[in-house]
Amino acid sequence: MPPFEQLLEWSVKIAVGFIILMTMVAYLSLIERRLLAFIQMRYGPNRVGPFGLFQPIADGLKFIFKEDLIPLDADKFLYVMAPALSLVPALMTFTLIPVGGEVTLPLLDRPIALHITSINVGILAVLAMTGMGVHGIVLAGYASNNKYSLLGGLRSSAQLVSYELAMSLSIIGVLIQAGSLDLVTIVERQGGGWGLGWHVFWFQPLGFFVFLVSMIAETNRAPFDLPEAESELVAGFHTEYSSMKFAMFFIAEYANMVTAAAMATTLFLGGWQGPGVTRWPWLGPVYFLLKVAFFLFLYVWLRASSPRLRYDQLMDFGWKFLLPLALVNVVLSATLALWF
Amino acid sequence: MSNDLQNYIPLLMSFGLASLIATTLLITSRLLGPRIQTREKLMPYECGNDPVGNARDRFSVKFYLVCLLFILFDIEAIILIPWAVVYRALAEELGNKLFVYAEMMIFVATLFVGYIYVWKKGVFDWSK
Repeated sequence: MPPFEQLLEWSVKIAVGFIILMTMVAYLSLIERRLLAFIQMRYGPNRVGPFGLFQPIADGLKFIFKEDLIPLDADKFLYVMAPALSLVPALMTFTLIPVGGEVTLPLLDRPIALHITSINVGILAVLAMTGMGVHGIVLAGYASNNKYSLLGGLRSSAQLVSYELAMSLSIIGVLIQAGSLDLVTIVERQGGGWGLGWHVFWFQPLGFFVFLVSMIAETNRAPFDLPEAESELVAGFHTEYSSMKFAMFFIAEYANMVTAAAMATTLFLGGWQGPGVTRWPWLGPVYFLLKVAFFLFLYVWLRASSPRLRYDQLMDFGWKFLLPLALVNVVLSATLALWF
Repeated sequence: MSNDLQNYIPLLMSFGLASLIATTLLITSRLLGPRIQTREKLMPYECGNDPVGNARDRFSVKFYLVCLLFILFDIEAIILIPWAVVYRALAEELGNKLFVYAEMMIFVATLFVGYIYVWKKGVFDWSK
């Protein structure tokens, strides 16, 4: 067993990580609504607290005090399990993502690394955990015994599965450049060139593009939000869910958005690397947050400004465009690595 | 316990915490929410009409095909990943970059032929 001190450090880091993640999820929902409103020349939620800042808290309380329905014909066990199955992996993934280098805290005699843990199969673990989220969605669709839910679940599984391919293939270029699966090492390798040795600049722009598109599809966001296309499927896989169970799907979706943004940052935008990080280590988390915020803004921007794809277009785009593009990127990265 | 394995402990810890949060959320709304149930309320939602038939019906075989293809191509990715990780190190060790390169390119080319075959067979044509 590891020493007590180590366990304590992990516990504190995990607790802080959870709090930050949950806060980001809560305020992402508010920021999304405000931004959408801003883009559409409305006000958005601005009544609860200053600038509507307490809106997420009000929403949460309301969710708790709503009636929790289980439809009569539903498969009860799976129906209750499904939201937990999509929430748990969504909340776990952040454990592996480094948000900064080593910093010194007041009152501590040794530097603290700003990542919770680093395992030597980091990327695979993250991919596996994001893949686990599909089960929750499929089971929710199946267990509800509702046609919209079933279709939403099926669509979602087919979509996730198709775009996961492009996603895992787009990562291979990064692996060739970094030579490691460990996220901490991958970020450290991008430190060259005054902190701008990011993979997106160094031979992976194509991989970045493929990853960006498939990450939006993986998180079921517009313009790929077919599983919950309200004009045809009511609410998709969570049509029958109410109260906190619905909120769990909601939290899982937003946590997945944050994780996907953090992954894109880590793999392609140099994680916490940036100009001046070696001199002022505290700039690391700031850069990291800024980059993640950029992706989150992109999510909302896309939702506000792009129409939803038709289902066959979505599958065509994944299989006939992104997948070959990802393969081309693999070949291209390998060829470039012969010289550089 | 070796150092490598130790690093997995935080994953277990966060799994515990995440499960705890999930269970708490499931239980609180069950305890605190109202429970007034009627038969109509517990019906499957079909935009106000009485539900027609059962939802657990047959669905298009294309979904299975996509999943099969996913497994094939995902195994390809799994084979590519270790190669990509050791690409530079192995080339260094063998002193022959082209060998490591060509080996995998033959594999990718084979797969690409399979990909074109699947495309020509019309698996990706969803609207048909």
